[in-house]
Amino acid sequence: MLAYIARRLFVAVLLLLVITAVAFSIFFLVPRLAGASADDLASRYVGKSAGAAQIHETAVHLGLTDPIYVQYGRFIKGVFVGSTYDTGPSVERCPAPCLGYSFINQTPVWPDLVSRIPVTLSLAAGGALLWLVGGVAVGVLSALKRGTVFDRTAMGIALAGVSLPIFFTGLLALSVFSYSLGWTAPGGSYTGLFSNPIRWAYDLLLPWVTLAFLYAAAYARLTRSGMLETMNEDYIRTARAKGLPERTVVIKHGLRASMTPILTIFGLDLGLLLGGAVLTETTYSLPGIGQYAVIGLTNNDLPKVLGVTILGAAFIIVANLVVDLLYAVVDPRVRTR
Amino acid sequence: MTAVVAVSAVAALVLTACGSSSKKSASPSSSVTPGGSASSASSATPASSGGGTTGFNAGVDKVFNPSTQKGGTVTMANAGDWDSLDPADMYYAYEWDLVRLYGRSLLAFKSAPGAEGAKLVPDLATALGVATDNAKTWTYHIRPGVKFEDGTVITSKDVKYAVERSLDKDVFPDGPTYFNDNLDLQGYTSPYKDTDPAKLGLKAIETPDDSTIVFHLKTSFSDFDYFAMLPATVPVPAAKDTGSKYKEHVVSSGPYMFATNDLGKEFTLVRNPNYDASTDPDTGRTSLPDKYVVDLNVNAADIDNRLLSGDLDVDVTGNGLGAAAQGKVLADAKLKANSDSALIPRTWFSVINPDVAPLDNIACRKAVEYAVDKVGYQRAYGGATGGDIATGLLPPVIPGFQKMDQYEAAAMPNGDVAKAKDQLKACGQPNGFSTNISYRVERPKEKAVAEEMQQSLAQVGIKLTIKPYPQGDYFKLYAGKPDFAKANGLGIMVYGWGADWPDGYGFLDQIVDSRTIRAAGNTNLGIKIPAVDAMLDKALQTTDIAAREKIWGQIDAAVMANASVLPGIWAKGLLYRPPNLTNMFVNDGFGMYDYTTLGTTKK
Repeated sequence: MLAYIARRLFVAVLLLLVITAVAFSIFFLVPRLAGASADDLASRYVGKSAGAAQIHETAVHLGLTDPIYVQYGRFIKGVFVGSTYDTGPSVERCPAPCLGYSFINQTPVWPDLVSRIPVTLSLAAGGALLWLVGGVAVGVLSALKRGTVFDRTAMGIALAGVSLPIFFTGLLALSVFSYSLGWTAPGGSYTGLFSNPIRWAYDLLLPWVTLAFLYAAAYARLTRSGMLETMNEDYIRTARAKGLPERTVVIKHGLRASMTPILTIFGLDLGLLLGGAVLTETTYSLPGIGQYAVIGLTNNDLPKVLGVTILGAAFIIVANLVVDLLYAVVDPRVRTR
Repeated sequence: MTAVVAVSAVAALVLTACGSSSKKSASPSSSVTPGGSASSASSATPASSGGGTTGFNAGVDKVFNPSTQKGGTVTMANAGDWDSLDPADMYYAYEWDLVRLYGRSLLAFKSAPGAEGAKLVPDLATALGVATDNAKTWTYHIRPGVKFEDGTVITSKDVKYAVERSLDKDVFPDGPTYFNDNLDLQGYTSPYKDTDPAKLGLKAIETPDDSTIVFHLKTSFSDFDYFAMLPATVPVPAAKDTGSKYKEHVVSSGPYMFATNDLGKEFTLVRNPNYDASTDPDTGRTSLPDKYVVDLNVNAADIDNRLLSGDLDVDVTGNGLGAAAQGKVLADAKLKANSDSALIPRTWFSVINPDVAPLDNIACRKAVEYAVDKVGYQRAYGGATGGDIATGLLPPVIPGFQKMDQYEAAAMPNGDVAKAKDQLKACGQPNGFSTNISYRVERPKEKAVAEEMQQSLAQVGIKLTIKPYPQGDYFKLYAGKPDFAKANGLGIMVYGWGADWPDGYGFLDQIVDSRTIRAAGNTNLGIKIPAVDAMLDKALQTTDIAAREKIWGQIDAAVMANASVLPGIWAKGLLYRPPNLTNMFVNDGFGMYDYTTLGTTKK
């Protein structure tokens, strides 16, 4: 098992390196191949009245005039051993993993990401718990009560949940629950878990529910179809014939067997969310990783986007690893192999 | 990777959906005074004369809900983020408006409603600048007893140091370059590369004593007082300067100072105990709230919703309400009573390119001027809420504005077909001609302008082919590149311009001075009138304010007589003020609410 984990981790690191190379090329090599000069790239990062000389100075300052492999080497070196940057009067150290240095704010990206991870983590964890519990529960019930009013209503709502984009449901929810009824916190509210746990939950309640509404739908539908299939298996009939209580049949034999695909999707979804719940964070103005990515994209601040890309990729890789390990727990067939 | 690409793609979609606009741009397409984004289809008729202190436009030209009551917290939100909170590194009108809470520049726009607000008054200085040597040397004196937040007395050297560091565009790329361009630098680049032990080696600024500061310019510049208003003159103590990190804690010289500053997320300002109101008799700051809370990167649609629900006090960018909220406010009498439609120093206009035949003939240009349906132009920007039909290039909020109507924009707003046909005959094209019209593809309003013009000009036989170009390169590669514009026959080019400050020079220089025209990247898209160039020079040597302001009006008239500018509308923004706010008015200096005078009844 340990060897398996070590092998997976090694592959993960390699994969991350490939991702940095690809992302870096997209941002810095492709525009150059398309004919943009270093000054063209730099012209995005100067004030509006800048002349050609100033633009060139900025290009040099940002290191855009160096050959692309030098720039990439500098970036990778920064990730492993850190780097330094010039603030004007002094030179500051950006310790590893220094994921670059914002062209716009002139601040290192990594501390920004670190300060934003708790927000995204809080959002993803709460939302995931809600949608997993809610989605699976509704899915199981729907499967057991197949064809009833409950099943149809639940699946109808689920379809709406999958179909409605979060920037719509989010704004609508804010408008109704926060501004008209005053039950939930207004947009942009966030309190740290450790500074005030109750306030934390109160502030995040609406984003959690909105997020869960979107995801739970898929999980409910997935669980339902999985359960329907499983519950028709011979071993379920056998279990029933043995006289096991229906609860045990459903939970221990039915649900457990349908969990594998759910777990796979859950790992991917959670990893993706940790890399930044872009839509939810933007809609609710939450200062998380996703919002950071949007700020980076809006301002053409490539180091920020690159930082989020790498962090997001890392989360997805780790989440997949965890899911693979969990398979063994859920599905004995994996364990024995 | 696919997932990450998907995230980015989705993010890009969100951006489009939310209508966020990129703030950063090297191109002048995003000008300083915002306002372009604020208009939608509607037909509000602004109250021309509003008596009393409540109702629609109660905050325009007069104070809404006057009050001297101190206390409370004012909450603000920004859909984006500051260029930087560092006074050396900011270029947006709202940043210049708000910086006055934590910084005192030599001069400031007076905090007063109406035209008074566009006037400069002494802030850190004791009086307006004294010009000598034919306006090449400018002297100011620092008020005694003004202190930084730590209690240190502010001297002229702190101002000199502040201007010196603002010259370093490597560290502060966002601020304007007026000092770089006009001071007699003699090769000086930055205090960070200064060998002088006190880092005060710049010879263009002298500080003979602690209260006197003297600026030496390369050439005469009678408008220098506007430079003394720039945030770059907000004093910075050299010992506390941390370069690009100074924005994390700007040392306050104003009535408020930073209590918290979470970059990119939120900052709060509280009263500065070392600010003494008796040293600030001229600016009109009232400093009513005890605290300001400013949230950053807040969803734009949510900002509007929070404003209307009373959860938020001010949309700090002063962009005005978005399209959805505008519709809601204008349709609801109660909400509308809490809003102001303010003229801002910006004109949306088109250039009629004299380089492209047959528009090189003035009569052909005049035919276009007469034929265009000005109401259609206004409709493209959302009707009366978007702005007033312009009869000249210079916006009315700029001192020196003179009313005129050379092409009957006011008299016959739907266009004068008969006169247009006369002009076509005079230019030898009695049946009309064909040419192209360019606009910025990301701007639906400019597209609508092009389509409106295509329709109205067709009535006199002028056929327009519409040519959209991306806004990021509009000036660098297309409309702003004379060779390209000529080769591609761009006869009409749609765009707009906002002033850095409400002044003729600030507005006109970059769009009508033919000597600013370069090979590419121009914002003057082809206005080449020697008389106008001469008048600009004359204005800069005229130190008498009234005489100088008169010249701006004359330049406007000369540009219009040349028929190379087709004025569209003088822009307006629809601003909303929640009822709990007091002492609110639109400051003409910034074209948005004055942030140093407002108060709140909310505790």
